[in-house]
Amino acid sequence: MNAPFPAMSWVAIGQLSDIPVRGARCVVTPMGKIGIFRTAANEVYAIEDHCPHKGGPLTQGIVHGGAVTCPLHNWVIDLKTGEAQGADEGRVKTLPLRLDGEVIELGLDPSVLAETPPA
Amino acid sequence: MSETKEKLVVIGNGMAPGRMLEHLFDAAPGRYDVTIFNAEPRVNYDRIMLSPVLSGEKAYEDIIIHDEAWYDTHGVTLHKAQRVTAIDRSAKTVTSDRGVTESYDKLVIATGSNPFIIPVPGHDFEGVLSYRDLDDVEAMLSATQAKARAVVIGGGLLGLEAGAGLKAQGADVTVVHLMPTLMERQLDAAAGYLLRRELESRDIKIITEANTKRILGDGKVEGVELEDGTIIACEMVVMAVGIRPNAAVAKQADLDVGRGIVVDELLRTSDPDIYSLGECAEVGGMCYGLVAPLYEMARVVAGHLAGAPVGTFKHSETPTKLKVTGINLYSVGDFAEGDEREEIVLRDAQGGIYKRLIIEDDTVIGAVLYGEVADGGWFSQLIKDKTDISEMRETLIFGQAYQGAEPLDPMAAVAALPDEAEICGCNGICKGDITTKITKLGLSTLDDVRAHTKASASCGTCTGLVESLMALTLGDAYNPAAVQPMCGCTDLGHGDVRRLIKAKGLKTIPEVMQELEWKTSCGCAKCRPALNYYLVAEWPDEYADDYQSRFINERAHANIQKDGTYSVVPRMWGGQTSSKELRAIADVVDKFDIPTVKVTGGQRIDMLGIKKEDLPAVWADLGKAGFVSGHAYAKGLRTVKTCVGTDWCRFGTQDSTGLGVRIEKFMWGSWTPAKVKMAVSGCPRNCAEATCKDVGVVCVDSGYEIHFAGAAGLDIKGTEVLGTVANEDEALEHIVALTQMYREQGYYLERIYKWAKRIGYDEVRRQILEDADKRRAYFDRFVFSQKFAQVDPWKERVEAEPQADMFAEYRPLADLTIREAAE
Repeated sequence: MNAPFPAMSWVAIGQLSDIPVRGARCVVTPMGKIGIFRTAANEVYAIEDHCPHKGGPLTQGIVHGGAVTCPLHNWVIDLKTGEAQGADEGRVKTLPLRLDGEVIELGLDPSVLAETPPA
Repeated sequence: MSETKEKLVVIGNGMAPGRMLEHLFDAAPGRYDVTIFNAEPRVNYDRIMLSPVLSGEKAYEDIIIHDEAWYDTHGVTLHKAQRVTAIDRSAKTVTSDRGVTESYDKLVIATGSNPFIIPVPGHDFEGVLSYRDLDDVEAMLSATQAKARAVVIGGGLLGLEAGAGLKAQGADVTVVHLMPTLMERQLDAAAGYLLRRELESRDIKIITEANTKRILGDGKVEGVELEDGTIIACEMVVMAVGIRPNAAVAKQADLDVGRGIVVDELLRTSDPDIYSLGECAEVGGMCYGLVAPLYEMARVVAGHLAGAPVGTFKHSETPTKLKVTGINLYSVGDFAEGDEREEIVLRDAQGGIYKRLIIEDDTVIGAVLYGEVADGGWFSQLIKDKTDISEMRETLIFGQAYQGAEPLDPMAAVAALPDEAEICGCNGICKGDITTKITKLGLSTLDDVRAHTKASASCGTCTGLVESLMALTLGDAYNPAAVQPMCGCTDLGHGDVRRLIKAKGLKTIPEVMQELEWKTSCGCAKCRPALNYYLVAEWPDEYADDYQSRFINERAHANIQKDGTYSVVPRMWGGQTSSKELRAIADVVDKFDIPTVKVTGGQRIDMLGIKKEDLPAVWADLGKAGFVSGHAYAKGLRTVKTCVGTDWCRFGTQDSTGLGVRIEKFMWGSWTPAKVKMAVSGCPRNCAEATCKDVGVVCVDSGYEIHFAGAAGLDIKGTEVLGTVANEDEALEHIVALTQMYREQGYYLERIYKWAKRIGYDEVRRQILEDADKRRAYFDRFVFSQKFAQVDPWKERVEAEPQADMFAEYRPLADLTIREAAE
């Protein structure tokens, strides 16, 4: 995982219609839960599902504009940059994501997937 | 002061004589013993504001001009519900239909006008109404409760306001109008067309060039038949085709009567001791129906009666505005076409703006504005002053701000207005009225100014002007930020947003944001849940709940915990449970390996640490044992805590458990601005701690003492007593009505104790305890809303699951730790 930025491995995780507009779903990965967010403008973003404040599940928050408000203590996280807005300071990791038609693909480091033990 | 005062008798208690008395008491306090006969059974109220009462934006209490205390203070004897039937001019007495006779030194006749009822067959059927006074409005409102269809005959000012008001109350409305365009007396054809388009877009049907042939039915309205054979089915007909001055009593007394009671320019009738003013008076061959000239009459008569004459009554052009929220329309003066007349027209079809000025001899003589009316006052002033406009002709139509080299500072423009310039068209309030009251009464907030002057209290379009006036008058003492905006997405406060949702009929979150000019594209986590609640509360049957605008707890129907797991609390009615229920809970705890089980403060059981994926299965198992959601997560009814009451307790005075269960079963599922917790104690020892709840009941021997507005959280506060009622049915009705009042007026996240403090405990008592009709209406609205709200969300999801995959959101979208399964 500490390798220099390797080629991205794109993994299909679901359809755009699986995520409500102004909503989110989470994806379980070997590196923790990742939140997939869909905005009112139909942009889709992937960020860690873990608020930098106290670890709240961001996917459970209210999505507005290009941001989500954490359900635990109302931190507002920018979906594009992962940065906390306003007076709060902190940041979550953002992940690359692309749409192949309706299919959402998440960009992951192949080594992460390779290490995955078979279920 | 003379020892025997002169006697002044006033026939009629409308706005014109009311204003006259105000002037009189200012100029010559104590000079007269005043007696008023009012055919209506009430005090003087603002008739101009009947339209907002009809549309539901105002209540009768809001439009009272003189309350009972005012009559007391000025020693006025008010005979309510008494119509004067005879004037004896030689004996100088008047006599009412109830046989009361009063003698006078001076008499003022202000009998107003009667609606004109077209004498078509069926005009006397039940369901044919006019639109003149509060009785008419109340009749219309009670008919709309029954979802009546209404035909309004008359597409003038009054008819359209009636139509829009009825529509706002949910009626199906058709307006039939004799002329080809609407409001043809005030509007030209182009503006009439824009108005028609706007009203039709609000789903009001409009038929022009329609002559009513007869009203169908058998003693009761069933429909209207037009001359061309069209039949419109309806249960209500509102005649709004015009008014006739009511001169009957003057005629009977042999005074000169033409169309109205003939008076000179000092408003004296043919008998020097008798004056007449208002809609019943005819001055210089004209009768008036708009408030500004009537108030001018009041000023003239009062001056004369006070012995300090203030000039004579002169005709002037009165601007007209349609009081339908969201429609901006202004017309003044003469706008007929003519050979010597020229016109300047501005049209912006996209923006729905139309402006037309009529010019004769380099002066403006008429103006019609639609869509953008801010310059109406300025044009009206140009007409009044006969200002030569040749210098500014090219930019005239763009309004006052475009005259001169620099755009005019809006503040300077307001400062430059004369005292008699009209600021609030809905209520006929002039600049001088507002500045005087601000200074005299020390008003410092917009709400105060609205309360005391009524300026900007109706459609609100002049709010900016009123605020500028306050800034000018108060200087640094004025703090415009007195209204706390809902959030950074808007400058409007919660109160304004709630009012406008109702007034403009806004029914979705995007519509609210569009119409109220939200500054963000889709709101934020503060305003969206608030808007969602306001829409649910306002349109219980029509609004589709927006789950994405609810806080996670209300989306997941469980309470999120610090580690992202959830807690689940099933309902235990009144805090009672059974072995079967306890066994079911025990089984669920074992099956799902729930780490913590805890008894809550609201007398039920909380299971904590449940994974989100497990929630649906937990609900399914609990549902089989008969449990429904306890809404422990909701801005809604939480618990009704009880003690055991007469069932077991040796001190119990009533069945407190039974009442608690009954309240909870009646009210569960309802959404409220913030959580609502209740309790019922069986005796004043108060073991259920009812006196620190949002709503509480303390049973006593003689009945049920109802409490409200307690708190035991961030703040600690004992309850206020609403009052004591005799039986359970009444207790339930009061509690439900109080909750509904809070549902309709509370700001999102504002608990009952804060709301009640804001509006006043006495106001709550007045509406819930003292006014049985109001209480019943609140109760009925709550019951209606429950038809859509009282659904167990757990059961709903468990049952819908096989088809709808409602649990998808409870599972992860994908699990990449089990790769083979994927591809």
